[in-house]
Amino acid sequence: MILLFLVFCPIIAAVAILLGTPARGTALGSAGLMLLAALLVFFGFQSGDTGFAFVTSLPISAEWRLNFTLGLDGLSLIMVLLTSIVTLAAVWFTGEVSKQERAFYACLLFIAAGAIGAFASLDLFFFYAFHELALIPTFLLIGIWGSGDRHAAAWKITIYLATGSFILLLGLLMLYRSVPEAARSFDLRALQTAASAGQIAPDAQQQIYLLLLIGFGILISLFPFHTWAPQAYASAPAPAAMLHAGVLKKFGLYGLLRIAVPMLPEGSRHWAWLLIVLLLGNIIYVGLATIAQKRLDWMLGYSSVMHMGYIFLGIASANLLGTTGAAILMFAHGLSIALLFAISGQVRDRTGTLRLDELGGLGRIMPLASFAFGLGAFASIGLPGFANFAAEVMVFFGAFRNGADLAGVHIYQVTTLLALWGVVISAVYMLRAYRATFMGTRPDGLATAVDISPGLRLPIALLVGALLWIGFFPQALVQVLTPTFAPTFSETK
Amino acid sequence: MIGAPMLEIAVVALGLLVLLIEAFTERTDKRAVAWIGMSGLAAVLVASFFLAPSPPPTTNGFWSFYTADSLAVFFKRFALVTTILVLIMMIDYAPIVRQTVHGATKQAGLGEFFALPLFTCAGLMWMASATDFVMIFVSLEVVTMSFYALVAFTRRNPVTLEAGVKYLILSALSTGFLVYGITWIFGATGETNLARIGDVLRDGGEQVPALFGMALVLVALGFKIAAVPFQIWVPDVYQGAPTPVTAYLSVGSKAAGFVVLLRVLEPFFVLPQTERLLVWVAALTLIYGNLAALPQTNLKRLLAYSSIAHAGYLLVGVVCLAGPAVGYYFVAYLLMTILSFAVLIVVASQSGDRIEDFNGLSRRSPFLSFAMLVAMGSLAGLPFTAGFLGKFFIFDAAIRQHQTMLLVIGVITVACGFYYYFKVIRAMYWERGSSDSTVPVSALTRYTIVALIAAILMLGVYPQPILNALRPQTAALSATR
Repeated sequence: MILLFLVFCPIIAAVAILLGTPARGTALGSAGLMLLAALLVFFGFQSGDTGFAFVTSLPISAEWRLNFTLGLDGLSLIMVLLTSIVTLAAVWFTGEVSKQERAFYACLLFIAAGAIGAFASLDLFFFYAFHELALIPTFLLIGIWGSGDRHAAAWKITIYLATGSFILLLGLLMLYRSVPEAARSFDLRALQTAASAGQIAPDAQQQIYLLLLIGFGILISLFPFHTWAPQAYASAPAPAAMLHAGVLKKFGLYGLLRIAVPMLPEGSRHWAWLLIVLLLGNIIYVGLATIAQKRLDWMLGYSSVMHMGYIFLGIASANLLGTTGAAILMFAHGLSIALLFAISGQVRDRTGTLRLDELGGLGRIMPLASFAFGLGAFASIGLPGFANFAAEVMVFFGAFRNGADLAGVHIYQVTTLLALWGVVISAVYMLRAYRATFMGTRPDGLATAVDISPGLRLPIALLVGALLWIGFFPQALVQVLTPTFAPTFSETK
Repeated sequence: MIGAPMLEIAVVALGLLVLLIEAFTERTDKRAVAWIGMSGLAAVLVASFFLAPSPPPTTNGFWSFYTADSLAVFFKRFALVTTILVLIMMIDYAPIVRQTVHGATKQAGLGEFFALPLFTCAGLMWMASATDFVMIFVSLEVVTMSFYALVAFTRRNPVTLEAGVKYLILSALSTGFLVYGITWIFGATGETNLARIGDVLRDGGEQVPALFGMALVLVALGFKIAAVPFQIWVPDVYQGAPTPVTAYLSVGSKAAGFVVLLRVLEPFFVLPQTERLLVWVAALTLIYGNLAALPQTNLKRLLAYSSIAHAGYLLVGVVCLAGPAVGYYFVAYLLMTILSFAVLIVVASQSGDRIEDFNGLSRRSPFLSFAMLVAMGSLAGLPFTAGFLGKFFIFDAAIRQHQTMLLVIGVITVACGFYYYFKVIRAMYWERGSSDSTVPVSALTRYTIVALIAAILMLGVYPQPILNALRPQTAALSATR
């Protein structure tokens, strides 16, 4: 029941806003309620339980064995928590909306509803459908309220995501069809049972995995399908970028961890080399491209693409340590990138530019923004104490532990060594951007800029607090994730 | 209990009654005629739920060329609902008809405008039941004849006149192909009855001449459903015809064409060449419809190309012989197409039917622009709309039959679809309009639009009612395969 509330609360709030209730108040209220409910769910979750908690189910079609089923295990639990934290922060960070304020808040809430619905659905159909709920709101948010070349960016993200989704749909339908008639179902639990029993033929696994990898890959901005992401995030209004980069993009990773890798082990083994090559593209190639960026928003967009590489590495390692690290990194990255986009949006509102060569010395006049951005940047680089550090360590150790060799080369270990350079790369671009924005001499045009309003300390504290909490106590997430991953991923590999 | 043939008789009688009323009442508002037609059709629709079960097909006599199986009854109801919705749109369109028809009195021509769809509807219902080539031919002609008049109805408008002539000539040509094809099939098999043709072909009758005849029949049906390469007439006729008639053409006429196609192809699917041919027709239709829609700037024309594109998805369903998937897709197609045409009529009466006339509609009328948003999202295939489930079932059928090429083309064309349908959304929400005047919507249209939106969203989540209505056909089709 509480999950039904979590999914429908933002939808109802959005409709109410469109019908005329005060926009900001309703949105903040519903986002606050969502966070409250998510915290209740998180702390009420039975961590010793291997199955799913809070399951509710409504039958839709007996013929297709299609049900509207909501439920949470460890993985979806932390994603729901992430979504509600970022939603509240995004709504809070929404400043004055220049036009059609109601529609803006409604779009934000629809994206949040889509994300929560996708993470909480235990049914392939609704898992897919909820994610697509965000497509039109994203198109409108970027197209109406975006900045820069917003129309091109909105078209690009829409077409990319729509294409990726339909490739994904083919993969999911093939998965549904590949299970023998008796066990066929859209229920993720039933599919997992059938897959664990070896009922999916190996060659079917290989085909389906490839489709899922490309479909999810486009949604996650896997190299070389990543070009939509920096442009869209640079043009999107800050709250939209926070929600999309922080939460919605995690849908694809969630899908890989939930469906592709555990249900299609043969497929994931077969295509491991491909994923490894592409994820190195994310880390090294996109990392270098990030360094070359001349605008803060583009830099952040590229950096979020680059960090996907680490998460892919954790997923590719396919052992308990690596996948747990990947899941925690999803959580950590969602929070840190949301914080960074929020502050950069504030900087754009106050200075009118995000070109790094036109910025400088803002630390003196915007101490709060500078402090918050600094924390976000440190978290993003992976400094100890932040959740990202704990997660990246687990990913690297997990991947290094995978001793699979391809033609005599221990590819995972080589990949890990190469990927470690990504940490250096991200330190370079983050610190350079920080210096160019907040330190040095201030150009004359920026004299009038004022610091972000003190009321925004709360959402900043929320995001940073969550990052530090997991940074110091990663066990809080590990202990809910372990029962989820233990049955499908081995400890060593 | 009512016999199925009574439904068509009732509709024809209703049409005649409406004509008589229109002839003897000169003064009264002719929209009353439309109301009589709508309520009559609604009564027939209700009656269709109390049908006596269809007797098994006999070797000769009435039930050898007429069937009332679930597919037939489903499409009869489909034709009735479509016609009712078209009549509602026609009421909104009446002022434009009045401007463009010569006549002694002010309301000249309106009565016929409301009466002709009733005869078309009877023809569509017969087509749904026809299982014999003679019956197919006659009912097809009933539909086409009434469309000749309807397409060219606002004849003072040169564009409409052009559309009427184009439709007349090409349609007559395709009829020629149909008759010629039937002749070849009859010559090769000695039968006009579809079931018996199938028996003859299975027993190794003369296959090449029958196949040639089938190809000719396919030409005629390809014209009706706007499949490539018989689609050239579609954009011009759709753009020129009165908008409600365009909606009727793109939904009613196409649906009837597809039922006949499903029925005609069943006996021929014993021949492997049929499937290969159809796969190519489907692939080309998908590619042509979607690519040609990309650069369109006129919404009516865009919808014409989109109707070709949807014919492509439907053909994928036909290739896979997935009767229920095709049926479901049609329901979705009916709802979203009628919805977009209904909004188009209202907006076009204010400004025009180009896409840029929709600029800033979200401020002038949030209601209409939301309706259009739902229609376009559904046409593009966004989840939680009926259009998505339609594509979902079609893709599923294609996966089941391992039609890899069609799947690849399908995914690419869906992506194209997102572009051109979202162009309309862009116009409504991104752009600023030239005027800020609100758009008036009549109460009847408003209720109709609300009902259509509700139906699209409901069927997008809960498809079971439609699937149930189509279920017995599932068994029949899987038995023939």
